[in-house]
Amino acid sequence: MGTTDKNASIRSPGKRPGFRKSLMTLAASVMLATSAQAATPSTAEVNTTDLAVTDDTVTVGILHSITGTMAISEIGSVQAEKLAIEQINASGGVLGRQIEFVQEDGASDWPTFAEKSRKLLRQDNVAAIFGAWTSASRKAILPVIEQYNGMLYYPTFYEGLEQSPNVVYTGQEATQQILAGIDWAVKEKGAKSFYLLGSDYIWPRTSNKIARKHIDKLGLKVVGEEYYPLGHTQFNSVINKIKLKKPDVIFASVVGGSNVAFYKQMKAAGVDFTDEKPLLLTISVTEDEIRGIGGDNVEGIYASMKYFQSLDNPNNKEFVAAFKETYGDDMVIGDVTQAAYLGPWLWKAAVEKAGSFDIDKIREEFAGIEFTKAPEGYVRIHENHHLWSKTRIGQAQLDGQYKVVHETEELMEPDPFPEGYQ
Amino acid sequence: MFDGYTSSELMSIFAMQGFAGLSLFSVFVLMAMGLAIIFGQMGVINMAHGEFMILGAYTTYLTSSFFQSYLPGLFGGYFFFAIILAFLICAALGALVEWLMIRHLYHRPLDTLLATWGLSLIMQQAYRSIFGAREVGVDLPEWMMGAFQVTDLVELPINGLFVMIIALSIAVAVYLLMYRSGWGKNVRAVVQNRPMAEAVGINSAGIDRATFALGCGIAGIAGAAFTMIGSTGPSSGQAYIVDTFLVVVFGGAQSLIGTIISAFGISQAQSTMEFFLSGSMAKVLTLLVVVGILMLRPEGLMALKVRR
Repeated sequence: MGTTDKNASIRSPGKRPGFRKSLMTLAASVMLATSAQAATPSTAEVNTTDLAVTDDTVTVGILHSITGTMAISEIGSVQAEKLAIEQINASGGVLGRQIEFVQEDGASDWPTFAEKSRKLLRQDNVAAIFGAWTSASRKAILPVIEQYNGMLYYPTFYEGLEQSPNVVYTGQEATQQILAGIDWAVKEKGAKSFYLLGSDYIWPRTSNKIARKHIDKLGLKVVGEEYYPLGHTQFNSVINKIKLKKPDVIFASVVGGSNVAFYKQMKAAGVDFTDEKPLLLTISVTEDEIRGIGGDNVEGIYASMKYFQSLDNPNNKEFVAAFKETYGDDMVIGDVTQAAYLGPWLWKAAVEKAGSFDIDKIREEFAGIEFTKAPEGYVRIHENHHLWSKTRIGQAQLDGQYKVVHETEELMEPDPFPEGYQ
Repeated sequence: MFDGYTSSELMSIFAMQGFAGLSLFSVFVLMAMGLAIIFGQMGVINMAHGEFMILGAYTTYLTSSFFQSYLPGLFGGYFFFAIILAFLICAALGALVEWLMIRHLYHRPLDTLLATWGLSLIMQQAYRSIFGAREVGVDLPEWMMGAFQVTDLVELPINGLFVMIIALSIAVAVYLLMYRSGWGKNVRAVVQNRPMAEAVGINSAGIDRATFALGCGIAGIAGAAFTMIGSTGPSSGQAYIVDTFLVVVFGGAQSLIGTIISAFGISQAQSTMEFFLSGSMAKVLTLLVVVGILMLRPEGLMALKVRR
C-alpha cells in the first residue's frame, strides 16, 4: 500500500503546489499508519485462538483468595500483579494493547479456584492467569488450565515435583531455597546438627525430605524431625525437646497462624535468636509474616529466600518506591509478592518475543526469556518453566526487615525433580 | 532418647514439660469456660465462639495501640485494662446477638448451630474489612516477655504463668457466680426446669441473655490472653474452636467441673505425647482416646444424672 502511493506522488508532475502538498501529507500519513501497524500487529494475526484480545486491549485474569484464611498471604500478590499491569500499561502495553484484568476470588477454597479458573478461561477468554498461592489451589487449577490450554503464572515458592506445560513458576522450587540455605549454615556458621520442624502438609514435608538428604550427604546430623497440624498453637513441648537435643540449627517451615504462636512461645521460653544458640533458619517467614509475628519475637532469625525488601539494587529501589506509592508507606513486600510482580512482566516478554498472544506460540518462547528489571536483580526462564534466580540469606531485624548477609554467586538452577524424591 | 543426659538435665526438662502441660491446661480452661456456660447451661451450640475470642484479641490490639500513642507511660499496665475492656465489649455484643438471633432459636439446637456459624463468617469478614486480612502484631509490655529463671536450666515463660493466673481467676469467679450467688442459683434453676423457674418468678429471658453475654465475655478474656501466645487475625478463632468443643463435649456438656477435668486430661495427654511422639501423631492419639471414651460414656466424663 505505502509503496504504491509513494510511486504515485513521484509520478505526478508537481505543477500545483497545493496539490503536491496534499499528496505529500497523504503519503506521510499513510506511512505513519504503516509504521504504527508494525508496532500493533493486527488482532487476527496475534490471536488465532479466540482470546479476549481486541485492537487496543488484552484481558488477563487475576485469581487469588481475597477472602478466607489465605487472604492474609495472597493480597500482597494481587497488589504486586496489579502494579505490574499498571506499569506495563503506562509504558505502552503489550504488543500495543493495554492490559485489562478480570479479578476473581478463590475464597481460600480449592474447588472455587477450579471453578473460577474455568470461568476465566471459558467465559472471559483471558490471555493469561496470574494466580494461585497454595499448592492445593494450584493443583485444583491444574486440570482445568491444561484442559482448556491456558497459562498460569504461579508466584509461590513451593515443593517442586511438578512441571506443567501450562504453568510458569515464578517462585522457587524447594531445592533453590533449601540447598543454599543449608550450605550457608554449614559453611559460615559451622552447623553440625539440625532440627527439622514444619507444619504438617506437603510443602514442609517435601522440603524437609530434601533438607535431610542434603544434610546426610554433607555427613551431618538431623537430631529431630517434627510436624504439627496446621493452625496448631501450642509449641511448649517441642520447645522443650529442642532444648534437650541442643541442635545447632532449627530448620523451620511452620506456616500461618502457627508461626505467630511458635515464635512468641520460643521467645517466652527464654530463647534469644540473636545468640544463635540454636540458630534458626526458616524458609517460611517473609517480611509479610513478620508483621503478624512482631519484629521483637523474630529478631535474629535467618531466612533463605530469593528476595528481601531490603535488597540493595536500583531495580528494587524503584519497585519498593512504586509499591509504597500505590499502596501506602506502611506496606511490606515479601518474597512471594516480588515473585508475583514478575508474572505479568515475563508474560509480556514472552508475548512480544512470540509476536502473538496464542498460548502455544508463547510456550515455544519461554526458555531463555530474561527480565533484567526484576526487583530481585535478574531472572531467566529455564526450559522447565521455573526461574533461574539467586538465593539470599537474610537476618531478621527488630523493625521487621531482613538484612541480607549472604547471596549465592551464581543463579541457582531450578530442579523441580531432584534425584531420589520422585 | 535420654542417653547421654545428666540426671539434673532430665529433671529440669521434666519440670519444664510439666509446666508446658499445665500451661496447655490453662489455655484449654480459658477457651472452654465460655463455651461450657453457653453450650452446657443453655444448650446453644455457639460456632462463633472463636470469633468472640478474636474480638477480645482485637480489643487488646486496639488498646495497646491506644496506650502506645496516647499514654506511653502507662503501657506496662495496659493489659489489665485490655482484659476488662475485652470482657465488656464481647459481653455487650453477646447480649445483642442473643437478643437479635439466639432467643428466637431456643429449642432448635441445630438451627443455632447454623445461625452462629453464619455469624462466625460475618464476624470474620468484618475483621478482614476493618483490620485487613493480615494478622496484627500485638505489642506486649517488656515485663511480660521472656522467662522466669528458676535454676540454670529451668526457665518458665512469664506469659504462660500469666495465662495460668487468668485461667485460675476466671474458673474461681465462674464457680462463685454459678454456685455461690443468687444469680447463679437462678441460672441453674432455669437450666433444670424452665417452666417451674418462671412460675416462681425468675425472669428466664433475662437470665438467658445474661448467661450468653457472660459466656461471650469470658471468650473475650480468653482472646485477650491468647494475644500473648498466639496469632491475632481474622480467622485465628478457627484454630481454637475444635479443641474447645472437644474439651466441653468430653467433659460432659452440663458440668463445669467436667470441663475442667476434661481440659486437664486432654492437655496432659497431649503434651506428654507431643514430647515422646511427633506433633501430629500426638493429636491423632489424643482424638482416638477421646473417641473411645465417648463411645463408652456418650454423655461425657461428668454427666448429670437426670431422669429422661
